[in-house]
Amino acid sequence: MCLAVPVKIINKIDDQNVRVESRGVRFEASTMLIKDVNIGEYVLVHAGFIIQKISKKDAEELIELTK
Amino acid sequence: MSIARSGIRSMLSKNVNIISGPGCPVCVTPSSDINSVLELVKRHDVIIATFGDMVRVPSGGDSLQNYKNVKIVYNPLESLTLAKSNRDKEIVFIGVGFETTTPLIASVIKKAKADGIKNFSVLCMHKTVPAAIKAILDDKTSKIDGLILPGHVSAVTGSKYFDFIKSYKVTAAITGFEAKEILGSISIMVDNIEAEKHSVINNYRSVVTENGNTVAMKTMYDIFKDTDSDWRGIGNIKLSGLRIRREYEEFDSLKRFNIKQKNIKEAKGCLCGNILMGKNDPVDCGHYGKTCTPSNPIGPCMVSSEGTCAAFYKYMRR
Repeated sequence: MCLAVPVKIINKIDDQNVRVESRGVRFEASTMLIKDVNIGEYVLVHAGFIIQKISKKDAEELIELTK
Repeated sequence: MSIARSGIRSMLSKNVNIISGPGCPVCVTPSSDINSVLELVKRHDVIIATFGDMVRVPSGGDSLQNYKNVKIVYNPLESLTLAKSNRDKEIVFIGVGFETTTPLIASVIKKAKADGIKNFSVLCMHKTVPAAIKAILDDKTSKIDGLILPGHVSAVTGSKYFDFIKSYKVTAAITGFEAKEILGSISIMVDNIEAEKHSVINNYRSVVTENGNTVAMKTMYDIFKDTDSDWRGIGNIKLSGLRIRREYEEFDSLKRFNIKQKNIKEAKGCLCGNILMGKNDPVDCGHYGKTCTPSNPIGPCMVSSEGTCAAFYKYMRR
């Protein structure tokens, strides 16, 4: 229920949504809870909402741990 | 679930005992609340939108899976899409989850108000973690020396949210979800316990900062306020739940449908409550593995993907 996944921001859809990618899968995520995100940044997504930012290094380590 | 899947218990010294606590929000939702959901789904003018875990949680031999007007959503915003395309129906979102999830539901309610949506409400059964931790630590029968604290709850709340634990004679570690991270936290906590060091460690610094996501926490408290709440296996804990504020009561399913909670007893012989408090293991329950299995669950600990019984059944059955 409270699991979130590290993803990379691919492009902006509109003021409240971005397209993100995780392991080749692309989906939409809401920026309502973290607005200042940029293309290429890594974030944590839970149930379709970005809840926290993470560094590229930490995101890659987290993704590696979950393989 | 991670601990069971990775077999961590089998790697530890016999002196280190890991017990599961009330960390699964579906599992701690009492039968009386599930019954309120079932009362709503029986109405012909209602569509229930819910996260998947809630669909098979039983109450009185019934569950949402027996009804056609139930939509599983990944993103709670989908319930607003449902509301817009089903104007003749009332869309009710089942709000279950801790601080990781509740800000999302708060955002959905804010958007519903901004968009002028009139046929949407939330059945709020959200809870918050600190009061439950205090209830466990204040229990004189508890012999807990350490706490593994929830990683993604902490990503939202910040690590300072758990500083109150420092006043208790325990050590605690905010932890991620993978075996390596959990083992790391256990190792740090064992060292601290041996040194009689009572501290709250952030062992998930990749996503958890001191202050967390302040926008998310503000959003949550813009819509919700603290209230007393019933937890399966523990009972009523003061200020451990959330209710929708009066300014947003048009989105409160309890008010909208005048729901009267009934006192529903848990299934006879079901030990979910004790298991949630770490007082019993799943194997102590007479139903476990016999009358209660993942395909035919009796209690929420077997239904939820994060439930202790589900984890034991999947990874630790002999």
